[in-house]
Formats: sequence, C-alpha cells, structure tokens
Amino acid sequence: MNRTVFPHKLLPWLLVTPQLAITVIFFYWPAAQAFRQSMLREDAFGLSTSFVGFSNFRRVLSDPNYLNALQVTVIFSILVAFCAMSIALFLAVQAEKIVRGKGFYRTMMIWPYAVAPAIAGMLWLFMFNPSFGTLAWPLRQLGIAWNPLLDGEQAMGLVVAASTWKQISYNFLFFVAGLQAIPRSLQEAAAVDGASRRHAFWTIVFPLLAPTTFFLLVVNTVYALFDTFGIIHAVTGGGPGKSTETLVYKVYNDGFVNLIMGDSAAQSVILMVIVIGLTAFQFRFIERRVHYG
Amino acid sequence: MAHILLKELRKSYAGQEVIHGVSMDIADGEFVVIVGPSGCGKSTLLRMVAGLEGITAGTIEIGGRVVNDLEPRDRDIAMVFQNYALYPHMSVRENMAYGLKISKMPKPEIEQRVARAATMLELEPYLDRKPRALSGGQRQRVAMGRALVREPSALLLDEPLSNLDAKLRVQMRLQIKDMHLRTGQTTLYVTHDQVEAMTLADRLIVMNKGIAEQIATPSEVYRTPASEFVAGFIGSPAMNIFTIRAEAGTAILPGGHRLAIAGIPASGEVRLGLRPEDLEVTDADTASIPIDLRSVEHLGADAFGYGVIVGSDILLTLRLPGTSTAQRGDRLNVAPFPGRLHLFSIETGKRI
Amino acid sequence: MAETSDGPLAARASSKALAHLWMILGVIVVAFPIYYVVIASTHSTQTILRPPLPLLPGAEAYSNYKNAFSGGISKMGGVSLWRLLGNTTLIALGIAIGKIAISMASAYAIVFFRFPLRMVCFWVIFITLMLPIEVRIQPTYKVMVDLGLIDTYPGLILPLIASATATLLFRQFFMTIPHELLEAARVDGAGPWRFFKDILWPLSLTNVAAIFVIQFIYGWTQYLWPLLVTNSNEMNTIVIALKKMISFADADTPWSLVMVTSVLAILPPILVVVFMQRWFVKGLVETEK
Repeated sequence: MNRTVFPHKLLPWLLVTPQLAITVIFFYWPAAQAFRQSMLREDAFGLSTSFVGFSNFRRVLSDPNYLNALQVTVIFSILVAFCAMSIALFLAVQAEKIVRGKGFYRTMMIWPYAVAPAIAGMLWLFMFNPSFGTLAWPLRQLGIAWNPLLDGEQAMGLVVAASTWKQISYNFLFFVAGLQAIPRSLQEAAAVDGASRRHAFWTIVFPLLAPTTFFLLVVNTVYALFDTFGIIHAVTGGGPGKSTETLVYKVYNDGFVNLIMGDSAAQSVILMVIVIGLTAFQFRFIERRVHYG
Repeated sequence: MAHILLKELRKSYAGQEVIHGVSMDIADGEFVVIVGPSGCGKSTLLRMVAGLEGITAGTIEIGGRVVNDLEPRDRDIAMVFQNYALYPHMSVRENMAYGLKISKMPKPEIEQRVARAATMLELEPYLDRKPRALSGGQRQRVAMGRALVREPSALLLDEPLSNLDAKLRVQMRLQIKDMHLRTGQTTLYVTHDQVEAMTLADRLIVMNKGIAEQIATPSEVYRTPASEFVAGFIGSPAMNIFTIRAEAGTAILPGGHRLAIAGIPASGEVRLGLRPEDLEVTDADTASIPIDLRSVEHLGADAFGYGVIVGSDILLTLRLPGTSTAQRGDRLNVAPFPGRLHLFSIETGKRI
Repeated sequence: MAETSDGPLAARASSKALAHLWMILGVIVVAFPIYYVVIASTHSTQTILRPPLPLLPGAEAYSNYKNAFSGGISKMGGVSLWRLLGNTTLIALGIAIGKIAISMASAYAIVFFRFPLRMVCFWVIFITLMLPIEVRIQPTYKVMVDLGLIDTYPGLILPLIASATATLLFRQFFMTIPHELLEAARVDGAGPWRFFKDILWPLSLTNVAAIFVIQFIYGWTQYLWPLLVTNSNEMNTIVIALKKMISFADADTPWSLVMVTSVLAILPPILVVVFMQRWFVKGLVETEK
C-alpha cells in the first residue's frame, strides 16, 4: 500500500539540504579529491603536479612497507576480532545463566565502550609501562624481558589487548541481546531430545546466533581497521620498527608526517574500496537474513 | 452537516485505473455504506473523499463546495480509521481535543465538546488514560469521539469495527446507529461486512473492482440486486446462482428439468438466481426442481439444506423450517416463490 | 526474567555459581584499567613511579585534583583543564545534537514526503554509511584548509556529522509509525511542522536519547580528527591534551596530574553511558542491526 505523505514539494528539499550539503562538502568532495590525487604525482618541492595514472597504486602495492602494513593489519584485525568476540560471547553465555545481578554485571561491562580509544591505549600503557607499570612489574619478576617499546611482538600484544578490551563491551551487549532473542522453546526441545547443555549450545544456540556473530564480525573488522588508530598512535606510534603500523596508520603517516600525498591518496582509495566491499558483504547478508525472517 | 456530491470519480495508480467513475448524490444527514470485497476500491473511494488520496478525474463536492484540491483539514470532515490511529502518547482527552486545538478553538469550548462526546460515548472515566491502557472497544469509542467533537460536515468511517470481536461489534454497531440518529451527521461508512452494511445504511454502494455495481437502499439491494455480483455478495447464505437455457419461453435447468419462468428471454442462456429462503419444499413434481439432499444443518429456528439438482452437480442451498425432519439422502421437490426469481445476463452480469 | 528462575532448563546452582565467578572475573578484567587509573590519580607521582601501585586510594586525591584544576594542567599543556573539558563537551554536544538535527530532518523528508530525486538523495546519504573519516582524512583535511576551518569548532564538528548512521536509524524508526497516524493528524488539520512537533517528536524520544548517547560518546572519544585540525592548544580536546602530555613525558612529568586528567577524560562519557544505559543499550542493539 502506498504511504500517505504530505503534498509539499519544496519543504522536503529544505529538510534534506543540510545533510546533503555536509555530505557533499565533507564526503563526496574529499573522496573525489582522493581519487584525483591518487592519480597525480607532486615533484620533490611540491611546485608542480603531473598526471601519472595508476602508477601510485602500482608503487604502493609493490612497496614492502605497504605490504608489511597490510600483513600487520590482517594479523591485528583477526586477533582483535577473535579475542573480543570470543571473550564477549563466553561472558554473555555466563550472564544468561544468571538470574540475579544481571543488570549489575551489564553496567560494569559497558564502561570501556565510553573510553576513547586513545585513552584506552594510554591506560594499558600505564599498566604495562616497562618502567613504572604495575602489571609490567610482575612480568619482570617472572624473568620476562618485558619492553613493548622495543619488542615488536610485545607491542602487538599490547595494542591487541587494549583494542580487545575496548570492544568487549559492544560485543557483549549484542551477544546478550542475540541470546535473549533465541526462543526458549528451541532449547527446551533440545533438552527433551536429550542433548547435553554443551551439545545444545554448539548445535542449537551457536548456529542461531550466526546473524549476530556475522554482524559483529563486520563491525569488529571495521573497528580494528579504523577505530584503533588512537590506540596504536597512543601506545606504539606504529613502532617499534613499523611492527604495529596498520593501513590506516600508514595513510596518516604518509599523508601528514612524510607528506607523500599521491601515495597517501592511493592508500585512501584502496581503504575505501575495502570498506565498500565489507559494506556490500554485510548488506547482502542482511538482506538474506530478512528473507529468512 | 452537508450533502456530498460525487461526480464521475476516477482514480489511477501508474496508469492503472482502480476507480472507474463513481457518481452519487448523498443527502444531508444520510448514512451511506460502501460495501464490497477486499480490493474493490471502497477504502480508496473513502480516502478520496477525505483528501488522503488524489483524484484522477471527476469532482467531489462537500456542502456545495468543490474540494478536489483541498487538504483534508480544509474539507471539514472527520475520519475514524480501521486501527483507530490514536496518538499513543496523548491521553484520551488530548486525543479528542487535538484537532480542535489545531483549529484554534477557544479552550472552554474544546472542553465542553470533549465532555459532551465523552458522556455520549461513556468515556468519562478514561479521559486521562493513554490509549494503550484501554480495551479495544474503548479505543474504538475514543476514535469515534475524536471524530465527533469536530462536528464535521461529513463523518468518514473506514472499517471501524473490523478489529473488534464479534460480540463487541454488534454492540458498537447499535451504538453507531443510535449516534447517527441523534446527531444526524452525514456519514460515509466503509465495510466488507454485509450485516453492518444492511443494518446501518440508509443507502448502500456495492463496489466491485472499482465499479459501483448498485447504489440503493438495503432492501432494494436485497430484493432486486442490479447484477449477479451484488446478488451473490449480499445475503447469507449466498444466493444460488446457476446457468439455465431458455427454449420457447421455458427454462431448461441443469439435469434437464423444465420450469416456467416469467420474463425469460425466448432463447439463449441466462443465469438464474434463487435465494435459499425463496425455495419451498412441495409435494408437486411439476413446476418444481428435484434435489438430492447432501446434508442438513440445524441452527435452531432455521435449518439449511444442501442438495444437488438431480441429474447435475449444481449445489443448491435452501432454508428449511427448524422443525424439518429432512435428512441426508432424501429427494425433495423445491419450488421457487413466484416473483422472487432473479435473472442475470451471462455476458454483462446485469439484471434482466 | 522471573520465568527463567526455575524449571528444568534453569541453570543448576553449581553452574550458576560458576557463571557468577566467571562474570566477576570478567568484570575485574574489564573494569581494572579504569579502577587502576582512578586509584593512580589519588597517589603522588613518586608512588606512581614506584611499582607496584597500591590497590587502594592514596591520600593525595584532594591535592592532586585541586592542583589539576587550579593551574597544574595549564603549566603542562598551556590551557586550563576547564578549557579542555569545555572544548570536549562542546564538540561532543555539537556532534550529537547536530547529527540528530540534520539526520532527523532528512529522514523526515525522505519518509513523509514524495519529491523528485527522493531516492537519489537517499542513496547519496546512504553510501556514506560505513566510510569513516579515517579513510579520507587527507583530502578532508585539505577541504578544511581551503575553507579556513582549521582550529575552529565547526571544523572539529561538521565533518564528523557527515555520516548516514543516524539518518538510517531515524528512517527505519519513522517507517514503523503506522501511516494512519499521519492520516489522522492530517484530517485533524496538522501540517508537517505540527505533525513533527506534536506527534513524531514525542514518539521518537527514546530513539533520540539512544542516538544522543551513542553520538555523544562518539564525539567525546574522537582522536584522529581533532589531532589534525587543531594546531593551537586552545582548541585541544582533553583526549588530545592527554596524549600530548604523555608524548613529552620525561622524568619531571607530574604523573599524578596525568592520571587526574585521564580520569576526567573518561568519567563524563562513562557517566552518560551508565545513567542513560536503558536507552543506550536499546538504541545500540535495536538500531544498529
């Protein structure tokens, strides 16, 4: 059935104009600039630019530093997404069993959501600071040469921990909601069929959580790709020796620190393509879910 | 209060015509029911009068004023929606007063009108409740009240009772009738329920596929349906309608039985309509139709028999007295009351 | 959830106790970093620099906070703590309110009107859904320079308003409003403004609250963008100021003040989330799906 609407023709345009204007000025224009710039090359003094086609892309994609950043990003994202989701799922399942005190636990769990990524990074750095971190101290006592500022793997461990910590809240809320949405009758049916609790979880609950899990997978990937910039910038600055330099970090580094505009723009374009791919993936999937009801 | 004039109203969606030229003159204070199966265009017609749907062609006059291009609020109408469309965040009082408030009516008068409607609809105890704290019947009455306080030229109701249970529906039907008698409001009422249509209407518009098949009083519609569609739609149980052949002024029924019918064409095929209550069981085997009873349903005062015409597979429904002892397997001769037969053209479906 | 408390499927007492144990462990891990910094902010710099840190509040709380507010921070970052908190609040509010305003307006237009190019408008906005500012920082920065918005509040706020999330959310919600409600309002004589003010806005309040919390947090926690478009310390957000303090850390850094600043940087958004938890959780879970 056709929706009834107001008959005005000019008013709606006035209403969408602010958002359209902001979107065009701060989104489409810069995006177009990025595309343009990704095809240009400035000379060493920034005096002239010339059109170079896809050569910026070719150079970026064959640059070992870029490939390193890509590898770091993939490892980092997988670790963060896996840790943040599995811990959150585990806790959500525990919370489901609890009758009294659920609200209290939820309140305690959502705090990190409100902490800025950069500050999350700083907090973890405070705790694990090699010279005065309270939690670095026992590591030292155990004879571990703990120094994330010098050791690449330890640095990666620290940013993964901080990033995971911040994302657990979000995942926890979604898993709790997802678990609550599963009809109890299905679990009852499984119990009647003689399934053990553990078995029922993996064969009934977990598959039914798939939509939530899938959604969170996309969100966590996007989070690990972009929102963690602050954490990395605050904790390691991409170091030591580029061991925690992710794609976004490199865009920032090349564009604002090293001032290689063409390369930075080409990297922006590649990132946009990645995000658009992820979005398309998510929407295809959401559409399918709608069909299943 | 005003009279409403519909002239050759048409409506198309994307080139597809869904209302094919409806005309009607509704007198001041008249209660008109638009009835038809779902998808017949009855709601669209009402919404065109309300101004919620545009008009492709034709004119609508309310109180002598062409309102084709007027906004709903400028048409001086009020409407009751099928799902009531009460504002969920406003109390009953606020819901009823909202339209008056917008039209900048002075506060005391708003209060007075709301109070009057609340008394009439027995809503006083609920005035400060929110709609979700009301039962279905109470919500329905609030929707009525919201429309009535406006004292509009025309009151439009779109299937207002279809969300109520059967018992409440009967109660509300009586209340609406009673209210109409008291206020004398010109009313357009859409329903798919023929009982509502028959009991409420001064006049009916029977709609089918965007066409007004018949516009007449309930008894006219019942006694002399203008088309086979109207005949089949109005009346419960439905009229028996089947094809017969005319030969030299006599009708040949399915199964080869002959029956003299006045006014039948000289030759060719026509559709014959017989209401279940217009069939009488007789002993005579002439001027009657033999049927084999398949089943009998006793409803107390009445009974309905279902049987096939002997020699055919045409099923007939007939009303029997509640005391009837007829049963499955009986062969009965039934004779139509003279003058209560309906003949329809096969080609046009129109009454002959 | 009373009905889950008994019956054959309710967790056994032992497994319930175990669940509590795990949850307490989880809460400790999740809350510890925040607890840690709050505790640290109550100790002297000397104590902080000599691990391990005591797990109970120290005696310096009052003097640390007093020092921070009365100029201790200014000495480190060049601007007062008040200014930092003010900047951050302004930006967070600007982003939250700005986003709600423009996205409600455009969602209203898209759902309740039919106008030429309506779907084009929708898609133009929709495509920006998942492209965070991080992927287009460099060109966006250039636009800011061209528009002279560096070191201004609009420069900090406007680019972050350009996202489709809130618009989609409002659109989704508006589409659940029964269309008879609009029809009834129109018959009652309400035009677009009255319908919005009297009916749509009151019905949207829960959603507005949810989006407000989410966007306030989003605004408060911004990092990369403020880092780029602010040169002057005057325009710093508290997050950026904190980062600057740590970057230049040396033996003389008054860590107790850094800890106080950290607490003040995380406390306001945490309070908002905790106190508006009901709307926040509903908004987050129901709308982002």
